[in-house]
Amino acid sequence: MKSCLVVDDSRVVRVVARRILEELRFEVVEAEDGREALERCREHMPDAILLDWNMPVMNGIEFLRTLRAAEGGAAPVVVFCTTERDLKHIREALAAGANEYIMKPFDSDIIADKFGQTGLI
Amino acid sequence: MTPAELDAVARTVRRECGLVLTPDKAYLVDSRLMPVARRWAKPSVEALARELMAPDPPRDLVREVVEAMVTNETFFFRDRKPFDQLKAFVLPRLLAARADRRVIRIWCAACSSGQEPYSIAMICKETPQLANWKVEIVGTDISTEILRQAEAGSYSQFEVQRGLPIQLLVKHFEQQGDRWQLDASIRSMVSFRQFNLLDPPDRLGTFDVVFCRNVLIYFDLPTKSGILGRIASVMAPDGVLYLGGAETVLGVSDRFQPVRTQQGVYELATPDARQGPVRMAAG
Ligand SMILES: C[S@@+](CC[C@H](N)C(=O)[O-])C[C@H]1O[C@@H](n2cnc3c(N)ncnc32)[C@H](O)[C@@H]1O
Repeated sequence: MKSCLVVDDSRVVRVVARRILEELRFEVVEAEDGREALERCREHMPDAILLDWNMPVMNGIEFLRTLRAAEGGAAPVVVFCTTERDLKHIREALAAGANEYIMKPFDSDIIADKFGQTGLI
Repeated sequence: MTPAELDAVARTVRRECGLVLTPDKAYLVDSRLMPVARRWAKPSVEALARELMAPDPPRDLVREVVEAMVTNETFFFRDRKPFDQLKAFVLPRLLAARADRRVIRIWCAACSSGQEPYSIAMICKETPQLANWKVEIVGTDISTEILRQAEAGSYSQFEVQRGLPIQLLVKHFEQQGDRWQLDASIRSMVSFRQFNLLDPPDRLGTFDVVFCRNVLIYFDLPTKSGILGRIASVMAPDGVLYLGGAETVLGVSDRFQPVRTQQGVYELATPDARQGPVRMAAG
C-alpha cells in the first residue's frame, strides 16, 4: 500500500482528502502545516504528498524547497492542492520541484486524474 | 410526454445523426430539450415534440434538437493510452513511411469541444522530428455549437484539470480571468469543420490516422458498420484507426483488423494494406 501525506491547515479539507485517498487505497498521514509535515517526512518518507500552499508556521512552497533539499526528499511525488490558481504560482511550484498541481476546489476525479498523471496509480 | 411525442424526438435524432434513444431516456429528452423549447417560445417540451411530427419542421429547430440530445463529454488525453501509443508507435511509423512528402493528416471524427484534436496537436508539437513537417489535424463534429467552442480553444478550470498534465497547461495555455486560453501555435494546427458521420467523407481528403472515439457507442449496428466503411474509404492504405475504450470493429466491420501488439488500434483489413506499396495521403 502506498502512503500519502496530506498537508493542509483546514481540518475539513484533510478529512475530505483522506476519504478520497483511502478510496484510492493510500495509507494517509496528516499534517497541519509545513513544519509538522517535515517532521512526518523525517519519521517516514511518504510516496506522495498532497500539499496546500497557504498555511501558518511554514507554508507549502517553503516546505517543498526544504523537502527537496533534504536527504531522501527527492523521492515523494508532490501534488500541490491550493486556491492559488494563477500561472505565476504554478510556475513557482514546478520550479521548486512539484510534480503536479491542483487548483481548488477539487474532487475525487481530479485527485485520481492527477495521481494517475504522475504514475502514482 | 406521450409515447408518440417521445417517438417523434427519437425518430428525428435517429434520422439526423444516428443516435439511438431508448424509451428509458425519456427523462433525458425532457431535461435536454427544455432550453430548446424555451428558445423557440414553445409552452412545453411536448409542444416542441409535436412540432417535429409536422411534415417539414424548421431545419434550425431540428438542428438544435439534435445538438441538445448528443453527449459532448470529452477531456484532454482521454484514457491516456491511445495518445501514448500515437507518440511511441504510430508517429514513428509515419515518420519513416512519409519521409519524402513530410505530410501527415489526422482526422478526429467526433471531436466535440476540441480536447482530442488539441491533445494530438500538443503531442505533434512536442515531437522534434516533425518540426519541418506539415501536420494537418482536422476536427469534425455534427454540432456547430460545440465546434464554435472547439475553435475558441478556451477552457474552464474544471476542463483543464481533466487529463491535461500541468506542464502542458503552463506551456501551451494563457490565463484569462478564470478561463484558460490555448495558444495560437497549437490552435493553428487544427482546423474544424461541421461533418455528419452519416454522410460520405470524401471531401475531407485522405487520412493517415483517424480518431473516432466514444461516438459509435450511441449507434446501432448497421449505422456503426456504415460509418466504419466510410472511414475506411478515406484512409491511407497503411493508416490507423483509434476507437474508444468500449468500442470495437469485431463483429461490426470487416474493413478493419486489430493491429497486433497495439491494443485498441486498427488498420485496414485488405491484403493491399498489409503487403502493398505505401501510397501517400492526399495533402
Ligand atoms: C462523447 S463525444 C466524444 C468526443 C471525443 N471523441 C472523445 O472521445 O472524448 C461524442 C461527439 O460525437 C458527436 N456526434 C454525435 N453524432 C454524430 C454524427 N452523426 N456525426 C458527427 N458527430 C456526431 C457529438 O456531437 C459529440 O460531440
